[in-house]
Amino acid sequence: MSEQLADNISLKKKLQKAERRKKIEALGLISPLFFVMLVFFFIPIALMLYRSIDNSQMPAALPQTADIIQQWSGEGLPDEATYAAIVGDMRIANEEKKLGMVGRRLNFDLVGYYSLLSKTGRKIDEIKGPPYKEALINFDKKWGDTRYWTVMERGLKDKTLLYLLAAMDLKYDENNKIVKVPEYEAIYISIISRTVYISISITILCLILGFPIAYYMANSPPRTRNLLMIILLLVFWTSLLVRTLSWILVLQNNGVVNNFLMFSGIINQPLELVFNRFGVYVAMTHVLLPFMVLPLYSVMRSIPADYVRAARSLGAKSITAFIRVYLPQTLPGIGAGALMVFIQALGYYITPALVGGPRDQMVSYFVAFFVNERVNWSMASSLGVVLLILTGSLYLMFGKKVNIANMKLG
Amino acid sequence: MSNQEFHVSFKNVQKSYDGKILVVKDLNLDIEKGKFVTMLGPSGSGKTTCLMMLAGFESATSGEILFNGKPINKIPPHKRGIGMVFQNYALFPHMSVGENLAFPLQVRKIAKPEVEVMVKNALDMVQMVDFIDRYPGQLSGGQKQRIALARALVFNPELVLMDEPLGALDKQLREQMQYEIKHIHERLGVSVVYVTHDQAEALTMSDQIAVFNDGIIQQLASPEDLYERPENSFIAQFIGENNQLRGVIEKIDKNIALVALEGGKKVSALMVDVKDIGENTILSIRPERVIIKPRASNSTDIDGKVLELIYLGDHIRCRMMVAGNDEFIVKMPNSSNHAQLKVGEEIGISWEKEDCRALKP
Ligand SMILES: Nc1ncnc2c1ncn2[C@@H]1O[C@H](COP(=O)(O)OP(=O)(O)O)[C@@H](O)[C@H]1O
Ligand SMILES: [Mg+2]
Repeated sequence: MSEQLADNISLKKKLQKAERRKKIEALGLISPLFFVMLVFFFIPIALMLYRSIDNSQMPAALPQTADIIQQWSGEGLPDEATYAAIVGDMRIANEEKKLGMVGRRLNFDLVGYYSLLSKTGRKIDEIKGPPYKEALINFDKKWGDTRYWTVMERGLKDKTLLYLLAAMDLKYDENNKIVKVPEYEAIYISIISRTVYISISITILCLILGFPIAYYMANSPPRTRNLLMIILLLVFWTSLLVRTLSWILVLQNNGVVNNFLMFSGIINQPLELVFNRFGVYVAMTHVLLPFMVLPLYSVMRSIPADYVRAARSLGAKSITAFIRVYLPQTLPGIGAGALMVFIQALGYYITPALVGGPRDQMVSYFVAFFVNERVNWSMASSLGVVLLILTGSLYLMFGKKVNIANMKLG
Repeated sequence: MSNQEFHVSFKNVQKSYDGKILVVKDLNLDIEKGKFVTMLGPSGSGKTTCLMMLAGFESATSGEILFNGKPINKIPPHKRGIGMVFQNYALFPHMSVGENLAFPLQVRKIAKPEVEVMVKNALDMVQMVDFIDRYPGQLSGGQKQRIALARALVFNPELVLMDEPLGALDKQLREQMQYEIKHIHERLGVSVVYVTHDQAEALTMSDQIAVFNDGIIQQLASPEDLYERPENSFIAQFIGENNQLRGVIEKIDKNIALVALEGGKKVSALMVDVKDIGENTILSIRPERVIIKPRASNSTDIDGKVLELIYLGDHIRCRMMVAGNDEFIVKMPNSSNHAQLKVGEEIGISWEKEDCRALKP
């Protein structure tokens, strides 16, 4: 009895030993990919995301004030020491040309801060103390306004939600409450909903066009199938830029389509086909179509013809057989295709930038805008975060419904 | 019997998929109502194709198929009321067992309470009532098979087609299912067209067997006739075991021919599809119909040399050299007084002349 037990234990150990080697081998095989992913994917993305709440350049510009203002209760004006610190900080910041950055940043929260700081900075030598408190308030009575100090206190923290809030058309008011920005300033919510709307439309268009193509491909003889596959994959052989530009050639006012329609007398004036929403839909649907067709095709190929035949022999009309038997079995493909198209569409940049009008630009355009033109990484990151949260939550919601584990990709 | 009374009739049906090769060459087959008819033939002989034409998923290239006396191509597949059991079962993976069975009833717009009763009854018939909420992925092969059968029968079709339904099951389960299907057929009285390449299965289950080869039916007969009275050498070879001896017809007396075998020995045989003196023929004799004698004692006896003896429990299998054929098999029942043979021994054998069938080579 005990011998058997001992045997069992040694068997277990042997098994573990054998398994351990397999595990180490498996780890060895995935480790290169893991490191590449870590170094070139996760770390940059994490840094980028961190940028959206990072505020460290502010306390770095006014270090003493940032330190001392923590002790302020928030009621009434800060004490003399704080005033002394800020005068000292502003002198240095002015010399290092950092005051403008600080002013612009605080101006987000309270209009007038930029001019206050630049004016004070320019004439910093005129402010004599101690007591600095009186001197500053005499110089500009805004320094005696608690609202400015509330904004300063929040603005000198290490981290800030300011940019993230801005990306959702929200901001802090003077009393540190989160409020909506006035309507004339609100743009991001509408850009984000426009992005989602365009992406959903393109997903639906791809599904409507892709489903019959995939069905035809899956049910035709090998030769036709291969030919169609090559035509479909041709899309990947040409660069995205070339494909997008060629749509401009096709759709522009004296492009192929308009010329043909005018020549055949159907219209007398060229139609507006490009640099608007229509152009965005056409070009993006074209570019993203293969990502819908391929997973659908692979799922359809794996559905034997016997299922529909069985349904027909059981008395179902062909349309009923299609809807109740065939379609449900293609759901994993529809799910995978729709998800791929939708998520790619959400982040598309070049195509809408080239063939869309100003009212058709999507979030990515503004990310690029903030990075390239405004050099405002924080705002760009914040838009990125909002997009990521949106994608993630849609993925989870959607993924539950169609059961992601069952999805087939290509 | 007039045309009208056959349930299904294939009339000179031809089928080609590619316009070059005829998969079905000239099919003529009449199936009576309530009969269990099996299409038996090697793989690729066009059995599935025939079922597909009957079910309406392929159309005949020429000829016609009558269903209850009416040309079938006028009726769309879903109106034919033909139940079908597919080789891979084709149970809908996204529906539970209950939903699978309810499907044919729902599309017929049968009221819900009635559907429930019919589904329960059908599941009861295959002893699977407890599995009503399972999904096909959670069933074993044998269980899927039963569900597929129940689904094909739940809407009370007049005709059920089964395409090698037991092909994927192990031997024991297959034999059990053969009896169950047979009993269900007897109980319900539906016509069944059953496809298989397993002759034992065909012999066990069928009222009639149509043996397919080369796109035509070689013989349509009851299992007994098929085994006892094969009409040509393909059937004789294909069904059961058969010894074949080559020879030339020397004399004809009514339907009995005197045939000269290789080596000059002459034997009598029943003429089946041979006609003339001088014609080459193959004599076909079942191993269990050979009679062993101590020595050749009359004119139709011939000599044989024992080459190999295999003890198989209920019978003893003896391989002999007879008239130049060293694959001549004799089966001796293991009775208390069976002949005691030794390898290398020369003995005499004979048979009833009706058991020796002279066929065209
Ligand atoms: N859909 C099809 N297209 C082309 N050829 C086919 C098709 N189905 C069957 N065949 C050919 O027809 C012949 C008979 O096939 P089948 O009816 O399936 O035979 P069986 O069921 O007796 O094995 C085979 O040679 C097969 O290759
Ligand atoms: Mg077959």
